[in-house]
Amino acid sequence: MGIVDRIAEPWGTRTPYGPGQRWPTRVDRHLEPGLTEADIDRWVQSASVLHSNGDGLDIAVRDGRIVGVRGRAVDRVNHGRLDPKDLFGWQANGSSDRLTTPLIRRDGELVETDWDTAMNAVAGRTKELLEERGPSAIGFYTTGQLFLEEYYTLALIGHGGIGTNHMDGNTRLCTATAAAALKQSFGCDGQPGSYTDIDHADVIALYGHNMAETQTVLWSRILDRLAGPNPPAVICVDPRRTPVARAATVHLAPRPGTNLMLVNGLLHEILRQGRVDERYIEENTVGFDDLRQHLEEYPLERAAEVCDVPLADLREAARLIGTAQRLMSTVLQGFYQSHQATAAAVQVNNIHLVRGMLGRPGCGVLQMNGQPTAQNTRECGADGDLPGFRNWANDAHVEDLARVWNIDPMRIPHYSAPTHLMQMMRYVEDGSIRFLYVNGTNPAVSLPELHRIREILSQDRLFLVVQDIFPTETTRLADVVLPAATWGEKTGTFTNADRTVHLSEKAVEPPGRARPDLDIFVDYAHRLGLRDKDGDPLVKWSTPEEAFEAWKKCTAGRPCDYTGITYDRLRGGSGIQWPCNADAPGGTERLYTDGRFWAAPDRCEAYGRDMVTGAPVEPTEYRARNPHGKAMLEPGEYLPPHETVSDEYPYLLSTGRTLYHFHTRTKTGRAPQLQSAAPEVWVEMSGADADRHGWSEGDLLRITTPRGSVTARLRISAIRSGVVFLPFHYGYWDTPAGHEPALEGRAANELTFTDWDPASKQPLFKSGVARLERVEAEDGTPSAAPTTTASEPVGVTVPATRGGPDAEATETPDEGELR
Amino acid sequence: MNEVGMAIRELHRSENAIAVELLRIADRHKTDHEVFHVARDIARWSQRHVRELARVGRDYGVDLDDEPKEPHELPAALRRRASELLGRRHAPSLLLLRDLRTAHRMAAGVSLDWEVLAQTAQALGDRELLAASQRCHPQTLRQLRWANAKLKEIAAQAVVTA
Repeated sequence: MGIVDRIAEPWGTRTPYGPGQRWPTRVDRHLEPGLTEADIDRWVQSASVLHSNGDGLDIAVRDGRIVGVRGRAVDRVNHGRLDPKDLFGWQANGSSDRLTTPLIRRDGELVETDWDTAMNAVAGRTKELLEERGPSAIGFYTTGQLFLEEYYTLALIGHGGIGTNHMDGNTRLCTATAAAALKQSFGCDGQPGSYTDIDHADVIALYGHNMAETQTVLWSRILDRLAGPNPPAVICVDPRRTPVARAATVHLAPRPGTNLMLVNGLLHEILRQGRVDERYIEENTVGFDDLRQHLEEYPLERAAEVCDVPLADLREAARLIGTAQRLMSTVLQGFYQSHQATAAAVQVNNIHLVRGMLGRPGCGVLQMNGQPTAQNTRECGADGDLPGFRNWANDAHVEDLARVWNIDPMRIPHYSAPTHLMQMMRYVEDGSIRFLYVNGTNPAVSLPELHRIREILSQDRLFLVVQDIFPTETTRLADVVLPAATWGEKTGTFTNADRTVHLSEKAVEPPGRARPDLDIFVDYAHRLGLRDKDGDPLVKWSTPEEAFEAWKKCTAGRPCDYTGITYDRLRGGSGIQWPCNADAPGGTERLYTDGRFWAAPDRCEAYGRDMVTGAPVEPTEYRARNPHGKAMLEPGEYLPPHETVSDEYPYLLSTGRTLYHFHTRTKTGRAPQLQSAAPEVWVEMSGADADRHGWSEGDLLRITTPRGSVTARLRISAIRSGVVFLPFHYGYWDTPAGHEPALEGRAANELTFTDWDPASKQPLFKSGVARLERVEAEDGTPSAAPTTTASEPVGVTVPATRGGPDAEATETPDEGELR
Repeated sequence: MNEVGMAIRELHRSENAIAVELLRIADRHKTDHEVFHVARDIARWSQRHVRELARVGRDYGVDLDDEPKEPHELPAALRRRASELLGRRHAPSLLLLRDLRTAHRMAAGVSLDWEVLAQTAQALGDRELLAASQRCHPQTLRQLRWANAKLKEIAAQAVVTA
């Protein structure tokens, strides 16, 4: 057993292993100071919710309080390990400033009220608007952090009960491109690969994916492979010198906005050298001739020039990918939130298809998710899809959903794709949406161009409901605030980025009068009087397990088939990967093992979109192109970015996360170890750029874009020259102004511009331009950026990020490994 | 000038017209951000077609301007500003429906012009002209589908809540 400062060493101690071997177990544990396992009353099964990895963990309870966590050794995802955010983040549950009672706006002020008054106001305004203006005046904006049972209930209320098309999740910001790219290539959402592909791969390529910070436990698995015999080669595509880049065999740092050019160049080279699996292409795909012809325009030399990446590095990357025996690829925000997001992500799928690298151990694509339950938002139809990966453009699918819900198909709006978030904000702006129900998310910090978002959400004509666990920047703008229970205070299931379903059980009571989101939704449905076509209540459940059983019926025969899973089966052991049904009672590790896809015209979840214009492909066109439901090789034409540098704005701006925080810090900012590891916003720029200005570490800079400005202290890092980076976690809830800048902006989204990928509708947080000026010179204090991560300082010595005794966790390797 | 030259000249005119119209639509709907960006991206296709037509036109003795037409900058800036000022009103969404209808009608016209040219190229055995048509026409069709799809996406909200 080791004791490790997990702020200083986020990935913990190495447990090396070789290809094809089992990843050794290492159980991580952190308890309140002074407590040992002997002091724990009970351990309650759950999984992690501060990232998308889905690590199995147990919650330690003593005297009705959460007092710690321990990784679950039996879980297939983490083999006992935990992310620092999970080791320490649970403390936020017990924070003294939780929302504990409903609030309602009276004479301009939010005042405490009772549930009955609050819910009558919410349901009352809904009914009024339905009568006056119809369902198009009602919108729902949910999250990637509720449980499956809650999303499904919400989707039923919105799509089946109220009949509005306006429902999306903040998954739009993190995972919409993953879904879009999977649908575009394979006809349906669902990650083809598995985390266990890391155990087998000989080449691992990470595209815009700083896995070391976004999924630390998964990265530990790669680090353990790298420390073992016959390690894989790692390819990293990232403009920052992330921990992934530092460990990589080849690091490509393209100019932001040129990802598609880069992958097109790699594909060109792979094809030029004939590193393709012709038989796989012939049997399992359509579109190869088009792709090949299209790629003629993208020789590696052109990519090197446009992306400003050394040609030799590109050649080496193409060689590694082209000669891999077992190629694994992952993709995340560096691609998803950048120019031409879907087209670039799809080219990664294309690499796997032309190389025939799918459905075998070590040969997987993971179009990753950003949030713990993002996959469920997608599956359940709470984010711009219909439940069970049904196709809104296929009448038979809509009829089938109506059968499950026992309603008239006409009640389910399907005249176009469910409205995506950014369009919903536009409808709120133009006054056609008058009621917005936000839950578990904080748009007043997380959406682009914040001054616009604050103006939109502050309108008098908008009735804003916010359901959350803390006062946030967004709750301050609400008409009604509903206090919710959170992880550990309610029961439900959720699914990670490799389709692993976990059960998270209630460990303690929620504080005050806070209620589980499911209870609130069910209450709302009853107050609205929603009925099915027999006059029975539309929502026929009240407990999580009943909701889960109903969900299973909705997934029967669908790609995300849950029918073989029960709460009981999830208890005690590991999470289970869907599809899990009578044919695959143990779950399914890899999809498409037989080269068969969910892409047949009658089965597919989507007919795809034009990746430049966003226009949905017409069903007849899809049918003509892909009658037999093969995988689709979809070319992507490179377009110049929408905003380019000028004399006025000479830098490209990128925003992103750091290892120690999640989203707008509502939880991680209330965990002392995490907060002190990254307490304040900073801005990163390269040494060459800083030298040119004569600026040093710790200088206070003002970053200005056509949208707004932020001041932040400078961290000189190994980021690509010409690019500046800001973390997006820092809003205003812990500043005197509360929800907006007092004098100087702090939230990165003051700066970002409103543009999104036309196919996935994901906002492009990693694009746009900026200028910088110095406000005051450093006074000897460095910036607050962590030293352990991509923000590692260059050229100066600053105190290393450490957590000290409070951040110590125990790590117990499992000696009985082979049992 | 021969008949083929006439057809090329007409297409050159109509591609210029749709490019300018798409750029105007972008400016008028700056607060509809996707319309703004996509309309500009796909206007660039037509601008490329204009250059291509000027090039092939020479073979048929037609002298056409290589440089695509641009909307005048001052009115364009005014349109963008007006769009931002009207962002809180719903009426512009009805205007957007009208603009998409115009774009659709124009793209349909351009598409037919390309059909004429492609047929002619085949009859004459002019490979270069045929290749130009095969490069450009699909993009015209994508402009057409974009206008149609965008209109379908927003029609209900624009009309029902008006």
